[in-house]
Amino acid sequence: MALKSLKKRANSLADSKRQLEILSNGIFKSGELLTFKESVALTNQFPIKSKQLEILQINLGYMCNQVCAHCHVDAGPDRQEIMTKETMQQCLEVIKTTSAHTLDLTGGAPEMNPNFEWFVEEASKVGIKDFIVRSNLTIITSNKKYHHLPEFFKKHNVHVVSSMPHWTQGKTDKQRGNGVFSKSIEALEMLNVVGYGMPNSKLKLDLVYNPSGAFLPGDQMGLENKFKKALKEDFNIQFHSLFAITNLPISRFLDYLIASENYEDYMTELVDAYNPEAVKNVMCTNTISVSWDGWLYDCDFNQMLNLKVASESKHISTFNEDLLSKRTIITSQHCYGCTAGTGSSCQGAVV
Amino acid sequence: MSKTYYDPADLRKFGKITDWSKDLGEKFFEYYGKVFEEGALTAREKSLIALAVAHTEQCPYCIDAYTKDGLQRGVTKEEMMEAIHVGAAIKSGATLVHGVQMMNKVNKLDM
Ligand code: SF4
Ligand code: SF4
Repeated sequence: MALKSLKKRANSLADSKRQLEILSNGIFKSGELLTFKESVALTNQFPIKSKQLEILQINLGYMCNQVCAHCHVDAGPDRQEIMTKETMQQCLEVIKTTSAHTLDLTGGAPEMNPNFEWFVEEASKVGIKDFIVRSNLTIITSNKKYHHLPEFFKKHNVHVVSSMPHWTQGKTDKQRGNGVFSKSIEALEMLNVVGYGMPNSKLKLDLVYNPSGAFLPGDQMGLENKFKKALKEDFNIQFHSLFAITNLPISRFLDYLIASENYEDYMTELVDAYNPEAVKNVMCTNTISVSWDGWLYDCDFNQMLNLKVASESKHISTFNEDLLSKRTIITSQHCYGCTAGTGSSCQGAVV
Repeated sequence: MSKTYYDPADLRKFGKITDWSKDLGEKFFEYYGKVFEEGALTAREKSLIALAVAHTEQCPYCIDAYTKDGLQRGVTKEEMMEAIHVGAAIKSGATLVHGVQMMNKVNKLDM
């Protein structure tokens, strides 16, 4: 596993324009595969329009304690992009007035933002229905200053969503780095101890699974059963739901696909698995993604590709829900990752 | 690229066998799909059996297909290799057990 981000390595794929070029050329330009637009147009669903806003996803920064091989954020310890308190204030103003029922904090490791706890405290006062923090688990055990996070999350009734690529050490460490598995298990134990993930507990603990390579996730229910059984039997760990998420051909995963000569096969597989039904529920239709510097995007993926919303309201400082709810979604071939099979979103399958 | 009998791209065309015999093709795929559904055996167990048989049949298409299928189901490489050994053991056992036939014949013919 690389220890540095693409950006730090000055890799050409750190440039979003280069990524978009790759996604538009090659097999898509030659006509071998239909572009996303062409596929969606077959069932008259193009362009995709946003609906009522339900989820506000805020990216608190690209800094992370891990450097996962598949990361679409290109996150890592060397990334300096971190949301300031001022931008957080602007987000809070929006949270107070928005009709979105879900607030979803992500990163990088959102906990590494120095104002993370302040922000969670303030945001939790607004009384949003579902307040999610995407925690990579190892952050909790990585440093003493994060050991209290399970208690902190509990105090603010935060819904914890954590990534876990496999129920065995080998596959987990290969994707996320040596030692990640045992640290994650330790963190899950800490969360279970305070009540997270226990049957009937209101403290929600869900896991996210991404395939550890150039293949699509299998059936979400089947994977959830296997994860539940293995984690319970081997480590006495419990959790609520598993979200199976498809890796999108962006950033480090795109770099991996190209370097391992899997890019064309993977894109072909995504296109073959295209499901028009999934288009109806792609997450961009009910989500706004806010970047560390306050810009607005249709989703976290478009954020990484620097495709800002097609709306006059482009920044958190000029957030206008009415305008945003009528926008056209900006798409490219990476969107096939959201519409393959049963579809994929930050909450897993969509069909 | 040199021409070979097997082209990985042909796997995706498997469904086309229906073109020249619609009824039989469709019946086959319906049966095939049903076989691999969750049943008394889990879909995961069936996938591993398929992987082992793919090897004993030495079908490159099936090997590709069920290796990927296994990965998608979270099957580990150790599990895959063990499954192949089961296939290999049956294959070699089947060869060797015929040794008894050879022995019988020798015993019969030899003075
Ligand atoms: S995938 Fe998540 S945990 Fe891994 S580097 Fe990216 S942000 Fe960090
Ligand atoms: S990648 Fe983003 S914009 Fe494209 S379909 Fe998925 S959620 Fe929508």
